[in-house]
Amino acid sequence: MLTINYFASIREELGTGTESYPLPAQIRTVGDLIDSIVDDRGEPWTALQDSSRVLVAVNQTIVDRACELDGDEEIAFFPPMTGG
Amino acid sequence: MISVQRDDFDIAEQYRALREEGSNAGGIATFTGLVREFYDPETVKNTEPRVESLTLEHYPGMTEKVLADIVAKARARWDVLACRVIHRIGELHASDQIVYVGVASTHRGDAFAAAEFIMDYLKTSAPFWKKQNTSAGSEWIESRTADHVARERWNDEQGLDVQQ
Repeated sequence: MLTINYFASIREELGTGTESYPLPAQIRTVGDLIDSIVDDRGEPWTALQDSSRVLVAVNQTIVDRACELDGDEEIAFFPPMTGG
Repeated sequence: MISVQRDDFDIAEQYRALREEGSNAGGIATFTGLVREFYDPETVKNTEPRVESLTLEHYPGMTEKVLADIVAKARARWDVLACRVIHRIGELHASDQIVYVGVASTHRGDAFAAAEFIMDYLKTSAPFWKKQNTSAGSEWIESRTADHVARERWNDEQGLDVQQ
């Protein structure tokens, strides 16, 4: 089971902070996972497809959308950081 | 020492700790970030309306991991005898202290550079997000190109492998 966390503006936009998500059988990468979520849910989840606005972390490390998944990772979607 | 906390911090206390931890230090450079009283994220200027508060959100676990990674990179690059990083979360108000970086080193050049490097990476790589609340409403602050440029210049000198 994947754990997916959403932060800041993405969390508010999607109305979801954290969820468990079973990795669909044919899904290999983060990009595939995003497409699968968008296929299931439609708007406003299409926001996840915009890589300039939404960053992805797998097990708390920033990755690109080609990152491969095993199915038990902690995934997070969030906007570019604005700390300091 | 790295701390992500709701509570305020006392810079005199941090300075004392750096003096104790950095034995034989020749100098200590510190930076304290404050919440602006006026800030327009659109124009990046200090204009009306007045900032009523800032809400700081972060990604528990990843934040500490990224900050530790940034400090380790600074230690590998400069002579860092002691280092303290504090970032506050939750609700903050105008002129509140928000972030602190202190570095003790043998020489001032290393202390200044390491502190600036840590701040530049912290702003763009540590998973913190600011929401600004004014009388005109609330909005998430957008990431600034200038902050990314500030971070990237460290890469011109030497290849680094800090996240993002």
